[in-house]
Amino acid sequence: MHVRDLVGEAVAGMLARPVRSALTTLGTVLGITTLVITLGVAATAGNQIVGRFDELVATAITVEVPESTNGPLVAWDSLDRVTRLRGVVSAAAVAETKDSSNLSVRSNDLVDPARVTTQTLTVLAATTGLPEAARGRIVQGRFYDVGHVKRADRVAVLGDQAAKMLGVTDLDRAPAIFIGKHAYTVIGILGDLRRERNLSSAVIVPPTVGKQFGLRDVTRVLVNTSLGAADLIAGQAPDALSPGNGDQLQVIAPPSPTRARDQAQDDVNALFLILGLVSLAVGAVGIANVTLVTVMERVAEIGLRRSLGAARRHIAAQFLLESTLIGLAGGVIGASVGVVAVVAVSAAKQWTPLLDVRLAIGAPIAGAVVGLLAGLYPALRAARMEPVDALR
Amino acid sequence: MPEPVIELTAVCRDYPAQPPVRALDDVSFRVARGDYLAIVGPSGSGKSTLLNVLGLLDRPSSGSYRLDGTETTTLRDGERTELRGDRIGFVFQSFHLLAHRSVVENVMLAEIYGGHPRKGRRERALGALERVGLGHRVNFLPDRLSGGERQRAAMARALMGEPSLLLCDEPTGNLDSRNTEAVLDLFDELREQGLTIVVITHEREVSTRAGRRVRITDGVLVEEA
Ligand SMILES: Nc1ncnc2c1ncn2[C@@H]1O[C@H](COP(=O)(O)OP(=O)(O)OP(=O)(O)O)[C@@H](O)[C@H]1O
Ligand SMILES: [Mg+2]
Repeated sequence: MHVRDLVGEAVAGMLARPVRSALTTLGTVLGITTLVITLGVAATAGNQIVGRFDELVATAITVEVPESTNGPLVAWDSLDRVTRLRGVVSAAAVAETKDSSNLSVRSNDLVDPARVTTQTLTVLAATTGLPEAARGRIVQGRFYDVGHVKRADRVAVLGDQAAKMLGVTDLDRAPAIFIGKHAYTVIGILGDLRRERNLSSAVIVPPTVGKQFGLRDVTRVLVNTSLGAADLIAGQAPDALSPGNGDQLQVIAPPSPTRARDQAQDDVNALFLILGLVSLAVGAVGIANVTLVTVMERVAEIGLRRSLGAARRHIAAQFLLESTLIGLAGGVIGASVGVVAVVAVSAAKQWTPLLDVRLAIGAPIAGAVVGLLAGLYPALRAARMEPVDALR
Repeated sequence: MPEPVIELTAVCRDYPAQPPVRALDDVSFRVARGDYLAIVGPSGSGKSTLLNVLGLLDRPSSGSYRLDGTETTTLRDGERTELRGDRIGFVFQSFHLLAHRSVVENVMLAEIYGGHPRKGRRERALGALERVGLGHRVNFLPDRLSGGERQRAAMARALMGEPSLLLCDEPTGNLDSRNTEAVLDLFDELREQGLTIVVITHEREVSTRAGRRVRITDGVLVEEA
């Protein structure tokens, strides 16, 4: 028997009862759809979580510098050694003490120069790389540069909240703020912080200026690495910052990315997976049932085919192929519906849909396998029939 | 003497029942190439049983059946199937046409098993339909055909595989006298072309036109003059 004849007979058998065939696929459609949605959404959501980890946490390292009785553990200029490490994207050293965290800061209101605003704000000293290291953006003006630091210029950069509180909105006229008795020119406003968000309500000054408020020594170093370099840099940074005393520094490194992914994978809703498998099993039982009924209805046809020279295997192959095609159809429809649903969910949640090709190809195959397994018993029954009995 | 197409020797067929039914009782006869044999007998006498044995659809309980010189009782299932598809054409009393396939597709079905080439299959089917005078109904579904037309469609399917033996169970049972006449004319024509025909019938008209007639009564076969 030619394979094309076999396929032709199976397709004709399927199309002879189109409504029944369509209804028979439903169980498989339901099962495959559930599985594709569950796995697809889980993968997409998992990717999203990992994506966030990647961007924000997985590359952020903080080194806390404890106070030391015999001289500073980390010198301001040692930051260069960290910046030079391969894998470091940006880094900044920060000095912040308890005393500096509630200083009274005053500004002349530009709109109403007579009104004076006084706020209690954190003042901290930082190196010039702070905007990048804190993943922020200069929303107005500029950040101080090496020149300002060298000259110990009396300049300050305000966090955007601090600027709002002080009423500093326009930098064109070089507004001044007063920290204690001294005036400082505000040259920039730092906002959109994605790390160290508390900086948005702080006053930031060059390290050379910070000395006046007791901000003598580095208390914290912010490091951002390229993706995957965090572990390495977390190991190298302490010694680069404080040769010989690296072990006294406290490194806060992100959890490794693999862990993050594991975590996300755990979020896969096992219940839905089970639901999908159960509906798939129900679908298989449905196909088996209908195929068995079909076999019983087509006894005369089986007899006729045997009389025309069909061997038992030809009969078995035809019914097996029919049920496999029904399963395959269910798998294809289910996979399509599932993929559309995953895309829709992703669109609603503004995620990037992550569709594994293996899932898209595997789902129809799974449907076909379900159909094949479901067809085994009915096909066997059909093949076992004696031609005389079938023709009676 | 050439090999007979059918050679039955002491064939019995018992159906396991309480008590057992002996549907064929020590049946022996030969059918030569080009013979036209009618099997007559009362209802329940064993005619269909005999036809099933001849068509390799059923195995005798004992005895020997040689088809075209091949001993069939010792053949395995697959070999019997192959021989059946190759040598024998059936015309069933209830036609057994597939309801959802057109007439020509039903006829083409006769060639999908076995080693027939796909090429030219439709042409051969159309030829067979032409031969039985059904060339004008090839794309009809069977339920749109009259009884006589269905009969001829079944006949075309039986002729499609170019069998050497045509087995018919009550081929004219559902036909009026004019259609019966047409079928009998076709039988004559086929026989002249060398086909061996075995027909079960109740009708005198059919059995008288056959070259030979055998009668079965309670499984016992007797040749009639
Ligand atoms: N599977 C079976 N089991 C038991 N007995 C059977 C079976 N098939 C047929 N018989 C019996 O064998 C006998 C012969 O049956 P068969 O069908 O050959 O008769 P028939 O001559 O074709 O009758 P009809 O003209 O009515 O078709 C009958 O008595 C029938 O009851
Ligand atoms: Mg009968």
